Amino acid sequence: MLTILFDGIAYGMLLFVLAVGLAVTLGLMNFINLAHGAFAMAGGYITVFAMQKAGVPFLACLPLAFVLTALAGAVLERLLYRPMYGRPHLDQVLFSIGLAFMAVAGLDYFVGSSQQNIHLPEWLRGRTEIGDGAFLLGMGHYRIFIIAVCALLTVVLQAILTRTRFGSRLRAAVDDPRVASGLGINVNVVFLLTFAAGSGLAGLGGALGAEILGMDPTFPLKYMIYFLIVVAVGGTSSITGPLMAALLLGIADVAGKYYIPKMGAFTVYLLMIVILMWRPQGLFTRKGAR
Amino acid sequence: MSTPVTTTRDWQAPLMAKARWRPWEFVLWAAAFALPLVFPSHSLMVNEIAIVALFAMSLDLILGYTGIVSLGHAAFFGFGAYAAALFAKHVMPDPTVGLVVAVALSALLGLVASVTILRGSDLTRLMVTLGTALLLLELANKLDWLTGGADGLQGVVMGPVLGLFEFDLFGRTAAWYSLTVLLLLFVVMRHIVHSPFGATLRAIHDNRLRAMAIGVPVAARMVTIYTVAAAIAGAAGALLAQTTGFASLDVLAFDRSADVLLMLVIGGVGWLYGGVAGAIVFKLLQDWLSSVTPQYWMFWIGLILVLLVLVGRERLLRPWTWFGGGRKA
Repeated sequence: MLTILFDGIAYGMLLFVLAVGLAVTLGLMNFINLAHGAFAMAGGYITVFAMQKAGVPFLACLPLAFVLTALAGAVLERLLYRPMYGRPHLDQVLFSIGLAFMAVAGLDYFVGSSQQNIHLPEWLRGRTEIGDGAFLLGMGHYRIFIIAVCALLTVVLQAILTRTRFGSRLRAAVDDPRVASGLGINVNVVFLLTFAAGSGLAGLGGALGAEILGMDPTFPLKYMIYFLIVVAVGGTSSITGPLMAALLLGIADVAGKYYIPKMGAFTVYLLMIVILMWRPQGLFTRKGAR
Repeated sequence: MSTPVTTTRDWQAPLMAKARWRPWEFVLWAAAFALPLVFPSHSLMVNEIAIVALFAMSLDLILGYTGIVSLGHAAFFGFGAYAAALFAKHVMPDPTVGLVVAVALSALLGLVASVTILRGSDLTRLMVTLGTALLLLELANKLDWLTGGADGLQGVVMGPVLGLFEFDLFGRTAAWYSLTVLLLLFVVMRHIVHSPFGATLRAIHDNRLRAMAIGVPVAARMVTIYTVAAAIAGAAGALLAQTTGFASLDVLAFDRSADVLLMLVIGGVGWLYGGVAGAIVFKLLQDWLSSVTPQYWMFWIGLILVLLVLVGRERLLRPWTWFGGGRKA
C-alpha cells in the first residue's frame, strides 16, 4: 500500500514537472498550448539519442534536454507563438493541435513509431524495501531520484517566482502587460524567457519520464489530457495548486490502475469532470468559484 | 402614423430575407443527389462526405452559433454510432428505427453532458468536453463484451431502408440514404438558426453577459442547443455505423474531434454551409494526401491547421484580403 502511495507520489512529481510549464503559459499568459507535450517528447528523445548514439551519461543528459528544449521553445515562441497571444482561444487550440500533430507525424517519419527505451545507470536501478506486511515500502531508486529532483525544482521555481526580480517582473507583465511595459519592463523578453523555461522544464520532465511513461511518437497526444488536468484542476494562480493536483492525479492514477485495473483511466477522467463541475476555476485558487 | 404592425414588419424584413432559400441552394442539393447516379464509383465518398458534413454542422451549432468550444464532439458521434450498431445487432435491423433510437439516445446523453459546459472558462469547457469523449472511449474499450473493445463491433447486418432499398456494395443506397437524412436535418438546423431562438444563440455567442442582461435565459438556451447538437452528431454517427455495418473505437477518438473542428474551420464557422464546404474540402484533401503519403497524413493536417490560424481563419475564404497588408478589422 505504501509502495503504491510512493509510486503515485513519484508519478505525480513527474507530472508536475511536465505540466508546470503549461501552467505558466496557460495561467499566466492565458495561452492554451496543446502542443506542450511535444516539448516533453523532444526532451525524452534528446535523452534517448544522446545516450544511445553519443554515449552521454544519463545525468549529463538531463541538463542537455532542458537546454535544448528551452532553445527550441524560445525559437518557436519568437516565430510562431507570439502572434497567437491575443487571439481567441479557438485559434490557439487549433494552432497548437496542429503543431502537436506535426510533431507526432514528423517524429514518426524520422525515427519510426517504435517505443524508445533508455538504459539507466547501475546506481539507479536498485530497489530498497523498508518494513513488511501491509506496510511494506518498496522504493525504486530511480523513483527516489525523481522525487528528489522534482522537489528541488519545485522549491527553486517557487523561489524564482516569489523572491527574484524576474519573478516580480513576470507577475507584473501578466497582470497588466501595458502598464508593465510602461514601467520599463520588456514584456516580450519576459514572456520569451518564461516560455523557454516552461518548455525546458517539459523537456526535462520528458527526459526523466522516458523510463516510466515510455517514449513513442504519440506521447504528446497520449499525455496531453494529463497535463491539462493538472493545470485545470490545480488552478493557474499559483505553483502549489498544480503541484497538489499533480500529486493527487499521480496517486489516483497509480492506485486506480492497481486496485481496479478494469476501470483503467476511467476514474481519472470522471474525477476531473466532477471536480471541474464543482469548481470550474480549479481546486486551489485564490478567487474561488464564480 | 405608422401602426406597430408595419414597424414590426420593417425590422423583420431583413431577417426574413436572410432566412429565405436561395436558388443556388436548390441547385446544390439537386446536384448532390445526382452525384451517385453520375459517378456511381464515388458513391462511398459521397456517403462519407454527407456524414461528416452533418457532423460538422452539428458542431457549428454549438461552436459557430453559440460559441461553446468543444474538443470532444466525437463523444456524441461515437455514441450514436455504437447505439445504432448495437440496436441493429440486438434489437432490429431496420435503419430508420435505428436512426431514431440513436438520435434519441444521443440527445439524452447531450442533455446530461450539457450540465458540464455551463460553468467556467473556455479552458474548463475544453477539458470537460475532452474528458467526456475520453470517458466514453475508455468505456467502449473496457466494455468489450458489449462493444467488441479494440476489435470493433462486428457482425452488424442492416435491413433495407424503409423495407424497400437494400444497401448495395457500391454504396449508392447508402449515399442517398445519408444525403436524405442530411437534407432533412439541414432543413431543421436552418430553421433553428434563423428563428428567434437562433438569434438568441448568436447573442450568447457575441456577449454572454449582455445576452443575460436583455433577458435571454442563457443556461437554458445552452442546454437546448447542446442537446440538439448532440442529437445531430449522434445521427451522423448512426449513419456511419449503418452504412458501413461496423463501429470501432476510432469513432470516439480524439482525432475525430480534431478533424471535425478542422473541417468546420476550413469551411467557416457560423454558417451552416461552412460544414458542408469544409467536409468536401477535407475529404478530398484527405483522399489525395493519403494516396501520396499514406502514413503521414497527420503531418499535413497539422500543417494546414497551423497555416490556417497564422493566415487568419476569416481571411481564408476571402482571397482578396490576403495581400492587403494586414488591414484586418
